Amino acid sequence: MDRHVEEQDNAPGVDPHEQHGKRTYLIGLGYALALTVASFWASSTPLVYAPGVPVLLAALAIAQMGVHVAFFLHISSAPDQANNFLALAFGVFVTGLIVFGSIMIMTHLNHNMMPMDMLMKMQR
Amino acid sequence: MSGAEQTLNDFSAVPQSLRGPAPAKVVAGFGFWLFLLSDIIMFAALFAAYAVLSGATADGPAGAELFDKPRVFLETLCLLASSVTCGFGTLAMFKADVRGTYFWMGITFLLGASFLTIEALEFASMVAKGAGPSHSAFLSAFFALVGTHGLHVTLGLIWLTIMMLQIRTLGLRPMVTRRLYCFGLFWHALDIVWIGVFTIVYLGAK
Repeated sequence: MDRHVEEQDNAPGVDPHEQHGKRTYLIGLGYALALTVASFWASSTPLVYAPGVPVLLAALAIAQMGVHVAFFLHISSAPDQANNFLALAFGVFVTGLIVFGSIMIMTHLNHNMMPMDMLMKMQR
Repeated sequence: MSGAEQTLNDFSAVPQSLRGPAPAKVVAGFGFWLFLLSDIIMFAALFAAYAVLSGATADGPAGAELFDKPRVFLETLCLLASSVTCGFGTLAMFKADVRGTYFWMGITFLLGASFLTIEALEFASMVAKGAGPSHSAFLSAFFALVGTHGLHVTLGLIWLTIMMLQIRTLGLRPMVTRRLYCFGLFWHALDIVWIGVFTIVYLGAK
């Protein structure tokens, strides 16, 4: 019977090793706190080369999202999580398309816009 | 155990597609997970709008003049702590520990309410400074994105209150635990969206 349960798909947010219980959440809290403090530090420190700060912030944020998904939502690439993991991968894909696609198209359009004073002259 | 009986009990020999429907908890959890992902895709559209419009301040105040980092740090701590207490509440619920569920979910509610209070004060002070959502495209996008997140937290608190009442009236029956467990997923997802908000909106402000 145990094998049957393990072979079934698991729901997201369910810790497959329930004996760990609170410990999983506490480890996640530790990582998340460290990454949050690092983000706030990175945004206002003179020690990091300023143009590199956004990349550092992005890396810290993605790492923290990973910590939340793994330790709080208990999503993993285990066989019983295949459906949850595939759905997550598709969600991340669409999110990336929307965000980066919009930014790329809009900066491109801005770049091709006629300067405002020329536009005004044409309308007269 | 005879050979025939062993074959009957050996479920791994049966292909997954022939094993019948998954348990209700798995079906509800997976369906709610799909909803959460579509909700996050809606947030992605708001993030994209904010990223495109964040420079369009219309000679009004820019982000760096308006945002207060210590306050945002406090908000982040509230949400992070509430995510963990929500997890503890879910664990207590699965152990059928009603008192523990009330205790941890109560703390989750208080932390979520503190987050909302800080956010409401921030919005009120911005509007008082004349930096309301109608001032510039940047501020419209800001209030749309952060406001939608705040609205989700508000709905989460209402949902949590209803669940506490259902535990009181119905007890921890499977239907109620499934709902409270979906609330936990919702709450963790909101915390993930908040990571994007504080990184892009508040720490990335120029």
